[in-house]
Formats: sequence, C-alpha cells, structure tokens
Amino acid sequence: MSQDAIIRAEKIEKYYAQPSENRIQVIAQTDLSIEAGEIVALLGPSGSGKSTLLRMLAGLSKPSGGNVFWHGKPIQTQTINVSIVFQSFALFPWLTVLENVEAPLKARGMGPSDRRERALAILDTVGLDGFQSAYPKELSGGMRQRVGFARALVVEPEVLFMDEPFSALDVLTAENLRSELLELWAKKTIPTQAVFIVTHNIEEAVLLADRIIVLGRNPGHVRTDFKVTLAHPRDRKSGPFTQLVDYIYKVLTRPDVMPEVPRIEDGKTVRDQRQMHYEMLPHARPGGIAGLLEMIIDMSDSSGRADIYKVADELAFEIDDLLPIVDAAQLLRFLKVEEGDVTITPEGRTFAESEILLQKDLFRKAATEHVLLLRQIARALDNKRDHTVPEEFFLDMLDEQFSDEETRRQLETAINWGRYAELFDFDGSRRRFILPEEEEEEEEETAEAGTE
Amino acid sequence: MSETQQARPPRLLFSRAFLVDRSWPIVLDLGIGAALIALFYGVLLLARYWSGTVVPESQISLAASALPRYAFYSCARILLAYLLSLAFAIGYGYLAAYNKRAEAFLIATLDILQSIPVMSFLPPVILAMMTLIPTHQLGIELGDIVVIFTGMVWNMAFSFYASLKAIPRELQEACKINRFSPIQRAFQLELPFAAIGLVWNSMISVANGWFALMICEMFNLGSRNFRLPGLGSYLATAASMGDNHAMARGLITVVVLIVAIDQLIWRPLIAWSDKFKFENVENADRSRSPILDLLRRSNILTRVSEHTLEPLSERMYAALARGERKRAGVLPDVDRTRRSYLATAVFGTFLLLIAALTIWKASLLVRGLPLVEYRQLLIGAGATFLRVIVALVLAAAWTIPAGVMIGFNPRLARIAQPFAQIAASFPATALFPLILVALLRTGAGLGLSAVVLMMLSTQWYIFFNVIAGAMAIPSDLKEVSTLFGFSRIQRWRTLILPGIFPYLITGLITASGGAWNASILTEYFKLHERTLSTVGLGAQIDHATDTGNFAVLLMATVIMALIVVTINRLLWRPLNRLAETKYRLE
Repeated sequence: MSQDAIIRAEKIEKYYAQPSENRIQVIAQTDLSIEAGEIVALLGPSGSGKSTLLRMLAGLSKPSGGNVFWHGKPIQTQTINVSIVFQSFALFPWLTVLENVEAPLKARGMGPSDRRERALAILDTVGLDGFQSAYPKELSGGMRQRVGFARALVVEPEVLFMDEPFSALDVLTAENLRSELLELWAKKTIPTQAVFIVTHNIEEAVLLADRIIVLGRNPGHVRTDFKVTLAHPRDRKSGPFTQLVDYIYKVLTRPDVMPEVPRIEDGKTVRDQRQMHYEMLPHARPGGIAGLLEMIIDMSDSSGRADIYKVADELAFEIDDLLPIVDAAQLLRFLKVEEGDVTITPEGRTFAESEILLQKDLFRKAATEHVLLLRQIARALDNKRDHTVPEEFFLDMLDEQFSDEETRRQLETAINWGRYAELFDFDGSRRRFILPEEEEEEEEETAEAGTE
Repeated sequence: MSETQQARPPRLLFSRAFLVDRSWPIVLDLGIGAALIALFYGVLLLARYWSGTVVPESQISLAASALPRYAFYSCARILLAYLLSLAFAIGYGYLAAYNKRAEAFLIATLDILQSIPVMSFLPPVILAMMTLIPTHQLGIELGDIVVIFTGMVWNMAFSFYASLKAIPRELQEACKINRFSPIQRAFQLELPFAAIGLVWNSMISVANGWFALMICEMFNLGSRNFRLPGLGSYLATAASMGDNHAMARGLITVVVLIVAIDQLIWRPLIAWSDKFKFENVENADRSRSPILDLLRRSNILTRVSEHTLEPLSERMYAALARGERKRAGVLPDVDRTRRSYLATAVFGTFLLLIAALTIWKASLLVRGLPLVEYRQLLIGAGATFLRVIVALVLAAAWTIPAGVMIGFNPRLARIAQPFAQIAASFPATALFPLILVALLRTGAGLGLSAVVLMMLSTQWYIFFNVIAGAMAIPSDLKEVSTLFGFSRIQRWRTLILPGIFPYLITGLITASGGAWNASILTEYFKLHERTLSTVGLGAQIDHATDTGNFAVLLMATVIMALIVVTINRLLWRPLNRLAETKYRLE
C-alpha cells in the first residue's frame, strides 16, 4: 500500500454493540486506499456493508476500530475536501437548482457573486444551463441527479464519492449520465483526483472503474481487489469485458472457501455468521424460487446446468435481486451452485414442474428439513396446548445473532415461507404465530388485509 | 384582489389586466405602510397599559366602541403566547431529537405536561408572575400569556420533534459532508422540513389559544378576582349580565377575527409552506392565497429584505465559515464529547433537583388532605370519564357517516373545506353560555348539558379527520367493492372502516384530549351571578381554583394527568400503531 494515497484506511471495522456478549459485526477488519488518478468501484451483495464502508472512508461515520488517514494524517483532525453523490439525490426540495448548488459554497463562506459564478459554471458543465431557477421537483430523475452531480462537483472535491448514483434512474438515462461522467473525468474538466463509486451493477463497475473491489458479506470483507486495464470507451460485447463480468459473477455467487474469524482487541470473539446456529434466511419469496427454477429448466443443457449470468440477463435482473433467490433455492436443496453455474436437483425439478398444491407440499418438506427456524416454529406450535406462540419468543432467539433490523427481516421471511408452506400462520395484530387450521374466523381478516 | 388573481395567468392577453398588475404595487406598499403604522400604535398602547399600575379587576365596558381595544389586547396575548410557544417548541424539539440521553425523558415529560389542563397552570403561574413583577400590570399579563402558552405549546413541540426525527438520512449526510454550520443546517434543512407540520400545528395551537383565552381572562383565585380587558372577559361579562346584544357583538367580533386571521395569516402561510412539501413530483392541486401573491409583489418588502436580511445572512455565513475553519483540527473529537457529557450531567442533575424539590413541596401540600376529599375526587374522575366516553361515542356516531358521505363526494367536500377550516379554529367555548341557556331551558341539568358541550367542542376533530380519511380511500378500491356488489355492511366492514381507521384514530386521540380539557369549562359555569356545577373532576378543579384550595387543585390535576396519560399508553398508542401498520394505505 503506497504512502501517498489520498485516503488510506487501516484495519477499519464496524460493529454494533449488543446487550448480550456478542457484537454484530457489519464490516470485518479491512485495509483499503484510494489513490489519485483512479476510479474505484465497490461491488457486493446487499448487506455486505458497501455504503457503511463508503461513509467511513468519507469521514461521515466513525469506524468502530482502526483508522482512516487523509494524506497520511488522521481524518478527524483534517479539513477534508470530498463530496458525495447520493442514490436518492438528497437535494433540498425547497431550494432552487442554483440555491442547491450554492449551498456547499455558502457553508464555506464564499461571497454571493463568486458563489453564483462558480455554481453557474458547474451547472453549465453538467448540462443544466437555463435550469437554475427551477425547483428539483420540476425536473426529471436524470436532471435531478445532474443537480446532485453539480452540487458535489462545485466544491472541486479531491475525492468524489458516489453511492449507487445511477440505480434510481432508468437504464437509458443512467447510461447517458455515466458516459458524460467518464468524459468529464477523462478530459480533466473537473479537478477531482479520484472517484469512489458504490454499485450493485456489475457491468457499470466494469464500464467505469480502473479498480474493482468486491465485498463478501457476514461480516463485510474484501473478497477481491483488482485493476481493470481495458481502454476507454469499453465495449460491452468484447471478450475481455464479458470475461470480467463473468468472473465477478463467479466471485459473488461462489460459496466461500475459508472464512477467517476476526478477533477484536479485548478478546471477545466475533461470531462469524457462517458458524451461526441459525442459517441466515435469504429474503426471497417462494413464488420467486419456483419462477427461477422454471427459468433454469428452460435454459439449462441436458445435464441440468445453466449459466447464472445468462439467467440473470434473460430475466433482466440485477445481481442484488437474483442472489437471494438463488441462495434460497440452494438452501432448500433445489439448486446446486458451482463456479457461477447452477445445477437443478431432482427435487428442484419436481418442485418446479408440479402444480401449486403439490408445490406447497414439497416446499413444506424441504423447508422443515433444511431450515432450522421454520422447524422450530412449527414444533413450538405443535407442542403448545393453545397452538399459539408470541413473536417475541423467536425474536429473542434471533436477536442473539442478528441485528435488530435483520432479526425483523428474518422473521418476516420466515412468516412468508411458513404461510406459503401452510406450516403456520401469523396474526399480525396480536403478533403471534398460530396454526392455520384454527383460523376459521381469522380467514376474513386476511382477506381484508389483502385489499389494502 | 380578485381581479389580479384572475388576471394573472393570461397576463399578456389583456392590457387592462397588465395595467392593474403594474399599478398594484404602489397601493400595496401604501397598505403595508399603513399596517406598519397601525402596528406601531398598537405596540405603544400595549406598552402604556402594561407599564401602568396593577389593575387586577378592570371594568369591562359592554359598549361596542370598546370592542376593538379588547380584541387587540386578546390578539396581542395570543400572539405573544404563540411566539413563546414557537420558540419553546423549536428549542425543545432540538433538545429531544438530538440528545439521545435526554430524549426518552423529555418526550415522557411532554406527554405528561400535555395532559395537564390549562386551568391547573393558572394559579401557580399567575401568582408567581405577580410576585416577580408586583408593581406593574405586566406581571399579571405575562402570567396570563404563559397560561395561554401552556394551552398551545405541546402539540407544536411534538410536531417539531417528529419532523426532526423524520429527516431522511441522506439529506443529513449531505449537510455533514458539506460542513454546514448548525445555523445553515437549521435554515436549509431542518426548519424547511418541519415547516408544514409546524404551520398546521400552529393553526391548532392558536385555536387552543382562543379556548384558553376564554378561561384565563376572567377568573377567581381564592378571594381575589381577576378580570383583564379582552374579548374573553367581554363575552363572560355579557353572558353573566344576560346582555344578549353584547353577547352577539362579541361573538361576531370573534368570528370576524378568526376569518381575518385565517385569510391574512394561515392561508398565505399554507400556500407559502407548500414549497416545503417533501415530494419528488409536482402536485396538481396547490394551495393558493391571493394575499401571498400580493405580498410577494410588494416593492417595500423586497427592498427591505434585499438591504437588511440578505447582507446580514451573508455576513453571518462568512463568519460561521471562518469559525469552522478555525475550529477544524484544533479540537479533537474526544474532548468535545467529554464536554457534552459533562454539560448533560450538570443539566440533568439540576433538573432532577428541581423535580425532587417540587415533588417534596407538593407532597407537603397534599399531605393534609382528608380522605373524604380523595373519595370525592375519584367519584368526580369517574363521572368525567363517563362523560368523555359518552361525548366521544355520540360524536363518532354522527360524524362517521356524515364525514364519509362528504368525503366520498368531491363536490360537497370542496364546499365544506373552507368552512371546516374556520369552524376548526372557532372556540366552541365562546358559544357555551348561549347553548347552555338553551339547554337548561329544555330542562336538562348541567350534568347532561356538559356532555353536549363537550361533544360540541371536540366533535370537529373527528369530523374533519373522517372526511380526510374518506377522501384518501383510493378510487380503485371503491370500484372493486362496487364491481363485486358488496352489500352495505360488507362495504363498511371491508372498505370504509379500515380505510378511515388511521384518520379516525388521529381524530379520536385529539378529541379525547380536548374533551378532558373541556370538562373544566363544561362542568362548572357562572351564569347571571349564579354558579352552576355538577359532579366531575373538571368542576372540582374549577372550584378549587375559585376557593384557592391548592391541595385539592394539585391532587385533581395529578389524577387527571394520570388518567389521560394512562389512556394514551394503554388505548391510543396501541391503536395508533395498528393504524400505522395494518391499516396503512400505500
């Protein structure tokens, strides 16, 4: 790691303290640096802490351990010059385009006339000439993100951070903005030294970046970090490009080989989620699993193998949306995943080709066999005399391992799966699990809820 | 006014409109100048009256010519109480939202304070202020203003706090990464974000202010009688003398004032705050206000702002930026957090000491209270509790069907809306004497009349919320229920009631709080030199204030606060959660 990096992170990590002995580790100890002259793309599945890492590097959030240095000095003691382009644009709706762009200059104490001049110049650069007195809500999404770019660039940041800047835009607009950004960068129209972009779009990363970092999750850690030397403009159809995309897909989908367990100074071990008692339920819907399996049957060769990248492409899915479904199918042993290829199992094939009632039976069997949480809920309901169990009971157990938010999501997914499999039902107003056949009069309520 | 409003869009088509448009600013500026002079005179009048000697019981003249002066005094009281509320709400909101350690404590405190009726604040505040400033009228007046303040501040504080908590994280980060100073963040993010909530809550608060005004311009504290010049005293005096003409004059003045405030202040404010809507698409129906359009075109105002506000804010931002640069890198993070720890600790201990002292003093006061009094108070609480329930049920029984009917009919809704706004800010209390006399004439006792009065003063909250809820039900859901030929019962059970549920709960919560507060005005009445009263906690609070029995007053207040807080926790909060999760239409 070179010493002249603009931003250098040493052994930074992020965890949240829990009342119990364990901590929720979001990001394991990580070293990372941003150097002048490069566009760095950070990829990773959802929940791998991409945004958290970005915020620590930008000095917005303090790491729980380790240090971030700005030109070799601790970042908290420095006046740093960075900007962020946000996924939601984060514009002030009550300020005009010009006032939005002027706001950071105002914070720096620049006089009104200089401010206006600089803001108008940058608006011109990003193609917003003539829109200065419009309000953000009068603009389209693409135009609004241009304002976001202008506001970030107007302070001439040394490092420009971008947190999924194109993911709220439609495909064409995103493509357009991306190439304009590349042009500004290549022609050195903007004095920015380095760009750090978080994305979940693999192609976007390969299109833009000089360097790509892929994160794994539970806890977030760097899986791979490599340079991309393809010349700009990059051709999506070229061999090297698709090979790179394929490689990243493989990294993202391949089961990990040897997870390392990080240690924290005071000796408390951080539980790695792979060694957890409960496997993490991927947040996928049963219907989605069946749909994916059918798609794979259609697209697979005689041995039942299919290239997951092609499937994703066919479905026009982002990796973030697809991965949980693949994970879920794998957990239920409907699919096997190897090296970016998926193979459908005999059970998976029967499941996909059955009609709905049989599908539910098969799903129930697979779920009770392979998913501990569902098995426990079903068993608890069977054993209790009144056949109801409060939600808190399971919340408390999950709490030991997951963050509050994740616990809730885990339970939500479990409810979803359990309802589909007709293993149990959930009474949302009393927050209790119940057995489905005891539910004659509650039937109406669910119908009511359905109309909402 | 209406001419310009119509002339505005096709401005270039009609030359006459063009001319009117251009000559308006002069007239406007003259108008604004005149208003400023009037304001100056008013301030002088107020200053002379307040700095004068103490006159606790002023003679109320029932002549029509006295009305403008009374109206002015009352408005000034409400305005000052409102400004005080605004400052308090913003300060309290900031403290609660950004201080993690104090948050839970501050919000619980707000919950309790909110449940204490205005009447219970009256004796301690007035007496304290009179002791503090014994030689001038200012003492009583300030006390009065603080009492009105206690009737209007809490919902504003809640609203501001909730807005601060709801600011999206990315906007906060945008401020942080660009190193906004706290002041810039306040003006460009927090205050704009909270503006709409604050404006609507200000309207409610001012309506509550009128309500409080009726109580606290004329009251007894033990042997001392207080009567301050104002509309509340005027109405009360007219009612007790049985002067129906004066009564009518007073009521008309109140209506005129409320309509004027609605048109001159609230409408422009609502239209102005429209730009703070946190939305990404432009909404088709925007609020309009001709007054705001006029003000925006005034030369004087533009000039004044150009020459004072703007340079001032520029200088402020420059100074802040210099300070920021100086601070950067000098103060390490740790030091700052340690200092804030210390400050919180010191402040916290101080608060705890005050609280302990108050509780100690209070327990001394209550200790001498005989057991009989407790029994009386509990019986009173039970009676008032029943009355509140009956009033709410009756109000809901007529407002739900009527509100749904109006809400489902856009034409009716459009007609009803402006009336709704004014009716919502009209103090039902001002009408009480008239209604009470009518009711007593039919032979109903005060016990029953109190229920009717309670209902009258709180039903509007339910009514307007039901209308809003019915209007918010998506039309495709209505179409589905028509398509499948739902029976009337099925339609109500599966569509209408779940659809309006969140709104209904909001309305009921406000109405229930209002009903408890109204018990003070409805259970105890002075009419024609007679004192009417019925069994109830409200009456007991009134009676205790009248006779200066502070032990009973304190105990009754504690009981009422306990009941209201308990009902909030056990009933309204779970229902509200249900409304926010299960019955949310998205």
